[in-house]
Amino acid sequence: MTGALLVATALLGLAASLAGAIAPGRIRTLLSSVLTIASCGFGLAVATEVLHTGHVAVVHTDRLLPLSGFSLMLDRFGALFVAVSAVVGICAMVFRLGYDGHGLSSRTASSVLPLFVTTLLLVPTAASVTTFLFLWELMAVSSLLLVLVDHRRRPEVQEAAQWYAVMTQFGAAALLLGLVLLATRTGGQSFAAIAAGSAHLPSWVKSSAFVLVVIGFGSKAGMVPLHVWLPRAHPEAPGPVSALMSAAMVNLGIYGIVRVGDGLLGGGPVWWWLLVMTLGALSALFGSLHSATSTDLKRLLAYSTTDNVGLMLLGVGASGLFASAGHQSLALVALAAALLHVVFHAVFKGSLFLTASSIQQATGTRDLDQLGGLLKRMPVTGSLFLVGGLSIAALPPLCGFVSEWLLLQAMLHGLPSSNPAIAVAMPIGVGVLALTGGLTALTFVKAAGIGLLGRPRTKPAAQAGEVHESMWIGAGVLATLCLVFGVAPFLVIPAVLDAARNVIGTHIPDPLVGGWQVGLSGIHGVLAPGLLGLGLLVAVSLVAGARRLVQRAAVRRTEAWGCGREVQTARMQYTATSFGEPLTRVFEDVLSPSHDLDVSHVAESRYYVEAATFHTSLNDGFERHLYRPAAGGLRWWGTIARRVPNGSVHRYLAFGLVALIVVLVVVA
Amino acid sequence: MRLTTLARRWRAHPAAVPSPGPGPPAIQQAAGRNRGSLQLRHVDAGSCNGCELEIASIFSPVYDAERFGIRLEASPRHADGLLVTGPVTRNMADPLRKTLEAVPRPRVVVAVGDCARNCGVFRGAYGVEGSVADVVPVDLEIPGCPPDPATIITALRGLAGT
Amino acid sequence: MRTTWPVVSVVAISLLQVLGVVLGGPLLLGLMRKVRCRLEGRIGPPIRQPLLDLRKLTRRERTRPDQASWIFPFAPLVLVATTLVIAVIAPLLATDPGFGWSADLFAVVYLLLIGSVALALGGLDTGTAFGGMGASRAMTVGALSEPALLVAVLALSVPAHSSNVPTIITRSLSHPLWLATPGRLLALVAFMIVIVAESGRLPVDNPSTHLELTMIHEAMVLEYAGPDLALVKLGESMRLAVLFALFANLFIPWGIATAPGAGHLALGLVTTMAKVAALGVGLASFEVAVAKLRLFRVPELMAGAFVLSVLAVISALVVP
Repeated sequence: MTGALLVATALLGLAASLAGAIAPGRIRTLLSSVLTIASCGFGLAVATEVLHTGHVAVVHTDRLLPLSGFSLMLDRFGALFVAVSAVVGICAMVFRLGYDGHGLSSRTASSVLPLFVTTLLLVPTAASVTTFLFLWELMAVSSLLLVLVDHRRRPEVQEAAQWYAVMTQFGAAALLLGLVLLATRTGGQSFAAIAAGSAHLPSWVKSSAFVLVVIGFGSKAGMVPLHVWLPRAHPEAPGPVSALMSAAMVNLGIYGIVRVGDGLLGGGPVWWWLLVMTLGALSALFGSLHSATSTDLKRLLAYSTTDNVGLMLLGVGASGLFASAGHQSLALVALAAALLHVVFHAVFKGSLFLTASSIQQATGTRDLDQLGGLLKRMPVTGSLFLVGGLSIAALPPLCGFVSEWLLLQAMLHGLPSSNPAIAVAMPIGVGVLALTGGLTALTFVKAAGIGLLGRPRTKPAAQAGEVHESMWIGAGVLATLCLVFGVAPFLVIPAVLDAARNVIGTHIPDPLVGGWQVGLSGIHGVLAPGLLGLGLLVAVSLVAGARRLVQRAAVRRTEAWGCGREVQTARMQYTATSFGEPLTRVFEDVLSPSHDLDVSHVAESRYYVEAATFHTSLNDGFERHLYRPAAGGLRWWGTIARRVPNGSVHRYLAFGLVALIVVLVVVA
Repeated sequence: MRLTTLARRWRAHPAAVPSPGPGPPAIQQAAGRNRGSLQLRHVDAGSCNGCELEIASIFSPVYDAERFGIRLEASPRHADGLLVTGPVTRNMADPLRKTLEAVPRPRVVVAVGDCARNCGVFRGAYGVEGSVADVVPVDLEIPGCPPDPATIITALRGLAGT
Repeated sequence: MRTTWPVVSVVAISLLQVLGVVLGGPLLLGLMRKVRCRLEGRIGPPIRQPLLDLRKLTRRERTRPDQASWIFPFAPLVLVATTLVIAVIAPLLATDPGFGWSADLFAVVYLLLIGSVALALGGLDTGTAFGGMGASRAMTVGALSEPALLVAVLALSVPAHSSNVPTIITRSLSHPLWLATPGRLLALVAFMIVIVAESGRLPVDNPSTHLELTMIHEAMVLEYAGPDLALVKLGESMRLAVLFALFANLFIPWGIATAPGAGHLALGLVTTMAKVAALGVGLASFEVAVAKLRLFRVPELMAGAFVLSVLAVISALVVP
């Protein structure tokens, strides 16, 4: 029955894609979106069924892919990711109904988008290496096409798509190597066979496979140093696509690392997990720093995705560390914290990207320095952005706080420990979490305060209006979930625990107490998010009531106090650049901002300035020091290599002869 | 800091400041509202800074106006009124009006010094628009050029109700 | 984990804590001002002066910048509300106030962060240059003090195997030698530096400055008037009182009521008030002696506090 639901999901997705290709213009968007929503609905149904009952859905056919067959298997762990992708997919499709994306209503986009959503739903169900790689590549190619949707209107899209294409293929190559290595060494390409045979693998095979897989999945997740495509591709993609990419696709990177590391390989030596934690810590710090100093709204959100992926990797790494030291229940808690963060991140990041796209559509720009005053002009979208932003800053009573708290508790209860790796890694993890938490709060205040509050800084911002209902309904569902999960996390935590247990080991007893609290059994550590939310609500009402009582007259609306100056303009306000300037100065060595001051003098005299232009830019450090030199090196190699095939037939025959000799020697 | 210095400082000996007599009804109403707490925003509308020096010294340890609950504030929104010095120059007329507009009601204006009351020695000068009363309504005047710090504090005590 | 104390006691404790924080916050500020003035050789305002200021402010007019949204009047409410919630659940007078089992130290830290974020948003909503400046500086200092604070919390939680505040305090009381370990002392210094930064006192920020360009916290609240300003000032004083009380009970827990009963409660009230007053006098005396740090020196101070916190955790692991 569940297998049939899974097949229905896939078929509906294909039907939506077909509808997008052949339907006439007027109903194309509507038809393909509705069918995609239906596909996601079926996906959500089968995922909740599997999470609830633990029954595993299996689909296998030998026809689709020759020589290897196409097999899907949905267990609890995969079902969690399918459910997340389904919810985000539904909201993104609802959003799309009202989205005025020029490119998204074309035939190509309308047929590729449902395909992308379907692959997001099916990748966590893949049960063999070939199925997995097939679906993975399909997801990569379809998302690349979707990123390119607007390329005729804006030239930056092409550069972003190039970066994305190269990085995603690089990751896919690493994945291919790692998974094929495992498959050939264990003698079977289905995940079950690999899991069964992995115990007998030599450690170098397991370690190299793990490192390759971390590179491959990490690049998809946006892990430092393979993250450079994320801040370029996610902003350039149209609204619903960027939400899907950040809220559903990066999760699959985490899925892959946990599936291979814990599921297939059954855990590993300490240095694996220290590597994951280090990469996670670097991603968190780098991502939060760049999002705090970025002035492009969507780029800020994209860097924040890197930051949150880093936190998830911290949890995954901590879980592996605990498991390798023998603390099984702590490992379960840490993994549950990471997976909980996956779920909550999807919810609030999806909501933020959708509202940011609404803002972009209403004002025509993503540049925070040109926005302002949007909360009054777009009240619903603005309030939804505030909810998402409070969540990302991990403030109670929203959901981001619960997952960060659980991660902190997992790291806290690992101490004191006799294991030196744990004793060193956990305090560093807490420090990293704390710094990124503070920087994320700053980022949220900057994005919401400069973009939504104060006065509009440009005419498009002053003339923005509220967007179409389906756009804020789509974002609103996710924002409501942020609030609901924040005060009632018990709705999600059992499913997350089951999913974590499924991949680590099912014999560990339940370490989390239930009910309206979140807590660790046997230890005095309890969080009552519902109570906190209720308490805050009551306190705010009491204080508001008290203020109303003492108030003598109506509130007087008056011009803001500007030290008595004659004219106050909107340009006198702080911009996003100036807001982040103290932070840029503090972290100058890491960020290396570049300043350009151009002063032109009046012709008659050097002492009078005619015009002055100031340009400041912050570039990604990894791009500058790692990727550009690497690209330069490749170009140099290509230039050299071009001289080899010089057109002489004799040389080509010589190549053929040498190659033949080498093959004969190796085969013999 | 040596302990003897500390002990000497702890036993503060500020100058005696006469308490104000009963003032006009508007001032008495203000005193009844404030009841021991008075915050004022100082505006230099064009003074020679003589009155500023006296106002600075009322907060020194010698006179210590703060013991009566009197304070200067940076933002007019935090203040109960304005403390204006100097004749109002042309360029300061509008800023003075705007500053008063920014003060929440009910508000007072205190004109400190002869220049604020009637332009003093600068009457008829080319840059002067008029006295403070010509630009904003004045509730309390403190005569003197410059007024003695004790006089200033006595007048402000009348507003503060201490 | 529910309370074993009678409900009446627990409710009374919470109410007493709230009352203590609401009235004691302004009185604490008044005491600090008095000590500062006396050390400067002046008499200074009476200790109850902040209460007089608040009473007068509630009678004045409320204003609102014409372009501001609903965030502007909402922010002071959030500031006071978060501090009220902490005053209800945190163990300030007794180890088991109402809902004390939910008083997680990390939750308390994040609740305080909500207050800062709300005020920063309120400052940005005014649409003035100073509002943005204050918000930017306050959030930068806050972001850089978070690592020191959370790692110090970790250092306190590790020996107690819990980040639940009543648990930490109860276990400190039963292991008095913990409080003299190097880890504890390092965490104490780090905590103090963070409290100074979070509440905007010297040497990080001068609360009584008139020069807008030197303001960090004051610049955000330049537009508030009347009851809104009263709420902001009350919120600041409540924050300082709560932070001092928590600090006192975490590091010097003797005297806190460990059993329900009027005698224990009275002792708890008196000792907490004495500890908070002593901390206030100490900080005020220190403030007289130092000058405000340059804004770009504050991150160095925060980094120093972070190093101290990390050393505290390492000590807590080595010398439990």
